[in-house]
Amino acid sequence: MKAWLPSLLRLALVVLLVAFVTNPSWFEPLLKPLTENNAPAIYNQGSLLTLTLLHLRIVLIATVAATIVAVALAILVTRPAGVEFLPLSRSLVNIGQTFPPVAVLALAVPAVGFGEKPTLIALFLYGLLPIFENALTGLTTLPANVVEAARGAGMTGWQRLIKVELPLSAPIILGGIRLSVVISLATATIGSTVAAKTLGEVIIAGLLSNNLAFILQGGLIVAALAVLIYDGLSAIERYSARRMGQETA
Amino acid sequence: MTIRFDKLGVVIAAIAANAAFLAPFATFRANRIVPGEARSILESLPVTVGPLLLAIVVIAAIIALLKTPLVLRLAASVAALAALAILIGVAGSFLTPEGNTFARISPASGFWLLIFAFTLLLADVLTRLNLSPWARVGVLVVAALAIGLLLVSGSWNSLSILKEYANRADSFWAEGSKHVTLALGSLAAAVVAGLPLGILCHRVDKLRAGVLNVLNIIQTIPSIALFGLLIAPLGWVATHVPGAASLGIRGIGTAPAFLALFLYSLLPVVANTVVGLAGVPRAANDAARGMGMTDRQRLFGVEFPLAFPVILTGIRIVLVQNIGLATIAALIGGGGFGVFVFQGVGQTAMDLVLLGAVPTVAMAFTAAIILDAVIEMTSTKRREAQPA
Repeated sequence: MKAWLPSLLRLALVVLLVAFVTNPSWFEPLLKPLTENNAPAIYNQGSLLTLTLLHLRIVLIATVAATIVAVALAILVTRPAGVEFLPLSRSLVNIGQTFPPVAVLALAVPAVGFGEKPTLIALFLYGLLPIFENALTGLTTLPANVVEAARGAGMTGWQRLIKVELPLSAPIILGGIRLSVVISLATATIGSTVAAKTLGEVIIAGLLSNNLAFILQGGLIVAALAVLIYDGLSAIERYSARRMGQETA
Repeated sequence: MTIRFDKLGVVIAAIAANAAFLAPFATFRANRIVPGEARSILESLPVTVGPLLLAIVVIAAIIALLKTPLVLRLAASVAALAALAILIGVAGSFLTPEGNTFARISPASGFWLLIFAFTLLLADVLTRLNLSPWARVGVLVVAALAIGLLLVSGSWNSLSILKEYANRADSFWAEGSKHVTLALGSLAAAVVAGLPLGILCHRVDKLRAGVLNVLNIIQTIPSIALFGLLIAPLGWVATHVPGAASLGIRGIGTAPAFLALFLYSLLPVVANTVVGLAGVPRAANDAARGMGMTDRQRLFGVEFPLAFPVILTGIRIVLVQNIGLATIAALIGGGGFGVFVFQGVGQTAMDLVLLGAVPTVAMAFTAAIILDAVIEMTSTKRREAQPA
């Protein structure tokens, strides 16, 4: 395969995605055959662009919060003062992953009400796990000679963390963030079952009115976002791995 | 002698103290959907029992707070959890007015926080004990038996979640069996299709990237969309392929849910098969070839057993994921415990949500523990066999 082909495909996908969310009516003839009884082919109870931006915003807030908390926790349990918590935190992460997102969403509703908040909580909790796991892997599998050298150079614990340990584990942590974003993008659609404004609204409207065109456009926008963001973060990951002089897989 | 604190114990004791003295223990509602009134531990239990529970919680929290032997911590966490489990039932019958069938009593935040705090303590003890896989399954069985006993004895019958259950006992088990069929059936189908596909991808380089990319893209489609998108093709199959409809294939219901779960399950199974087979040491393969093993003998005699723990890890991911995802099948009429969750959300009846969510979480949790134990057993067997 030619080297420029993937980039071209990616660019085409971006153009298509932007065109679709800004001017969905252009695509009406394509989606019309999927509808029955003259139902609308393009979601008409809100703008796709607004929903897409709200969807991205919810994922962004949840991921940023999850990254801060997960990395801070991973740093804590890998310091001498917090090492006691290491085994427990591992089992908690394991247990946490067995909670289905729907259950988390539904159970958060009585505590915080309907809308964006339960979705944010669910995405935050779900996003924590992969980032924490990867940050832990990154911080516990640092090459021993590098850490020793840093200590030998007279760096304090804080300096070692900021200048050596975190930059070295950055690629692995980024990998965790990437996983977490992709999971969150898909999970955010479920948030619409508790009245959050995300692209899930389009899909659920389609399910309720038996309108395949709605389901397809909602699903495809989310999938395209996920593929593009996944690709973008992979590129950043490769860049940071190169900067750290690590081999890229 | 200086008193030494356990770091985790400080966290546990803080949560427990807050939950026991500040947060409500139970919620009383005059009927199913009105807002509840909070009741503290002393208000929700008979005069003699309330202080007893407080005493147990305080003692267990102190044991957690100080550096104490593991056995003592284990006993404290188990005693506190058992007391909480039994006494929430007592609170249920105590708070329900005589002969009133509309009143609903449910555990409130204080109860859940106490359960969380002492489960944390128990989890910490169990992690530090470093139990063997068999012992972990044993602990799980004991816990399941204890909960089963409490359910059968009827001591929780006055709690609202079991009142919801009593109203829907038949459909609960019907949806439950649908849920299990969806989760396990799609897993079985994914293993049957995914293993050969994984082996093929391992052997044929050109196929690998393509197949894994397609499966990766399927994973990015949100579950509710994929469930919905399969309605149309299956509806077409049902009306156009003779015999399909009589097999139960229809546009809505179980068929699209099953297919969607199957598609999601393929990636972990195929990817882990490829990774597992790629991780087979070259020396093992060369030795097998040198012994004159055929390709087929090598696959089943050498490669497969060595790759098995990795493949099993993929199966564990799929099973836990499918048990959770099967709840979404309810949105397209596919049944499962999700039915109760979505009904409950629709009626803002949280007890109904719990009726769907609790068994789902319990199943996923059980599946994770059992499969983790199996994975550990198969991989230690391999490690022990290697030096010999």
